[in-house]
Amino acid sequence: MLKYLIEKEFKAIMRNKFLPKLILVFPVMMMLLMPWAANLDIKDIKVAVVDNDRSQLSTGLVNKINSSTYFIVERYAKSYNDAKTMVQNGEVDIILEIPENYEKDQVREKNAKVNISVNAVNGTRGAMGGAYLSNIISEFFSGRNVSGQTALINVATQTRYNPTMDYKKFMVPALMTMLLTLLCGFLPALNIVSEKEAGTIEQINVTPIPKFTFIFSKLIPYWIIGFIVLTIVILLAKIIYGVSPVGSLATFYLLASVFVLVVSGLGLVISNYSNTMQQAMFVMFFFMLIMIMMAGLFTPVDSMPEWAQLIAGINPMRYFIEIMRMLYLKGSGLSDLTRQITALALFAAAFNLWAIISYRKKN
Amino acid sequence: MESIIVKDVTKRYGSVQALRGVSFSAHKGEMFGLIGPDGSGKTSLFRIMTTLLLADSGSVTVDGFDVRKDYKRIRERVGYMPGRFSLYQDLSVEENLNFFATLFKTTVEENYPLVKDIYSQIEPFKKRKARDLSGGMKQKLALSCALIHKPSVLFLDEPTTGVDPVSRKEFWGMLGRLKEQGITIIVSTPYMDEAKLCDRIALINEGTFMKIDTPAGITSSLEKKIMSVKGDDMYPILKALRELPIVDMAFGFGDMHHITLRDFSTTTDAVVKMMGNIGFTNLEVREIDANIEDCYMILSKMKSEN
Repeated sequence: MLKYLIEKEFKAIMRNKFLPKLILVFPVMMMLLMPWAANLDIKDIKVAVVDNDRSQLSTGLVNKINSSTYFIVERYAKSYNDAKTMVQNGEVDIILEIPENYEKDQVREKNAKVNISVNAVNGTRGAMGGAYLSNIISEFFSGRNVSGQTALINVATQTRYNPTMDYKKFMVPALMTMLLTLLCGFLPALNIVSEKEAGTIEQINVTPIPKFTFIFSKLIPYWIIGFIVLTIVILLAKIIYGVSPVGSLATFYLLASVFVLVVSGLGLVISNYSNTMQQAMFVMFFFMLIMIMMAGLFTPVDSMPEWAQLIAGINPMRYFIEIMRMLYLKGSGLSDLTRQITALALFAAAFNLWAIISYRKKN
Repeated sequence: MESIIVKDVTKRYGSVQALRGVSFSAHKGEMFGLIGPDGSGKTSLFRIMTTLLLADSGSVTVDGFDVRKDYKRIRERVGYMPGRFSLYQDLSVEENLNFFATLFKTTVEENYPLVKDIYSQIEPFKKRKARDLSGGMKQKLALSCALIHKPSVLFLDEPTTGVDPVSRKEFWGMLGRLKEQGITIIVSTPYMDEAKLCDRIALINEGTFMKIDTPAGITSSLEKKIMSVKGDDMYPILKALRELPIVDMAFGFGDMHHITLRDFSTTTDAVVKMMGNIGFTNLEVREIDANIEDCYMILSKMKSEN
């Protein structure tokens, strides 16, 4: 009987004019666009220089800045106020003001200051830009320190697991999570409620089919769709970004299948409680947005306030993103992930049990 | 043997009392009709009898099984055709039938003789999707699906609403043949002309049964004289009729009015004369036998007056 029910679900999905296309196009678009759009790397920050010193030192400093890939010295301004107008017009992001007698002070007192003003309308760009610029300036001077006073501590940073600090590598696993959540969460959420709207549920409810079988027949198709989507995404990640999981692919599929059960279960629960597709859609959106924002997808969970971290603790997506990043970048095995796997398994069991209980043939 | 026994069933939705204690029973192989307008509680009663809805009070047994305790047994043995077409629109005729047969752990082949009469009419279109069928064909498919597991009781909630007159007639013919095979049929309809095709009917109004009897029993039990009145200016005539002291009730009935009279001895001439006195001439007044609709109108009027 289950086989027939599942077959029916697939027929319904495949005969829908829109759904099969969406299931294929959605992951492709996501993979093609998102890593670029959600890129946090800062490049090409435009700098206006107000050089009141016009010395050899100040010119050297400006050249050093210009030679970095992060900055473009866009304009030279006559005065600080001129530069400010440029910021206001959106022509530049940062003003670097070099005071008069800069070189002299630097040589005599080894202590001269420059002024950096940052346009922080775009917070990340502003903050990162300011930090990069100070770095470059201090680097410039440590390099020029010919008088033997070399820096006492030499910090060498080594980035592990993502040595080139490639943002795309970091984002791809997160995007996979998001895709699975969206497709395997929304589709089931709309499924049972659509049967309610079409009236077909009435006909099903008078048959002797057990609840358990019915819910499973709703769950398994999305599980399979999840696998298909996942495969597409893995292939695309490999082809386009050259990112492939460092960990084992089998582990990856296994854990992804548990995660699909979690989100599909959640979707079915929502579907059971909703009376219209609209209602199901908005409730699902509500949970999705909270889940995505509190999952450490864009911002790390560790830097959230304590109460938010508590909420993130009951967010299944957060565990899966951890798993994905550890698997993809670090190559962790099952034994390293026991905490996350336990959490996910519990969520999967809880949601699906809830879905079976909350599906009522009678009201 | 009683196939269905309904006792004092009530159901309330918030402030709306949908069923106010209804009772009836139908024996095996009987065609029992629930006759009443939209919103009179027919669908609620159907949903209670098919285990989709719990009654607030009262009891229902189907084939000796209680709808509360033995709902699983009931689901195995009843066929239900909801008022709204509720098969899978994306599946073909054939797939729908196979699907429902499988849900009841049977096959189309096994019970084909039962549905043959109906299904053979749509079989030429078996590859067509349910959504592309005409109204009459959809209904035949729905009936086939409700019958495919050989139910002992068939519940049909307004099966002919929105179906053309020819298909309606055909449909009732098919029900007659099913009845002969011993299937108990509970059917609801807002069409009074279909009521007389049932063995017994219950007239339902605002959640109560006004009368349960055979169609003939209902019309003959009405101890009123009824006449039809036809004239040129129908609406003023209706208003005038209502004012006449000899007329008990007057209501529109298609292209004529029906009136019931207070006194059995009143003749058609008396009515013509009285109407003539207040300026209505050229009236066609005839004595008629009461039909189910007259009975329904009269009973509900009497009920609301009490």
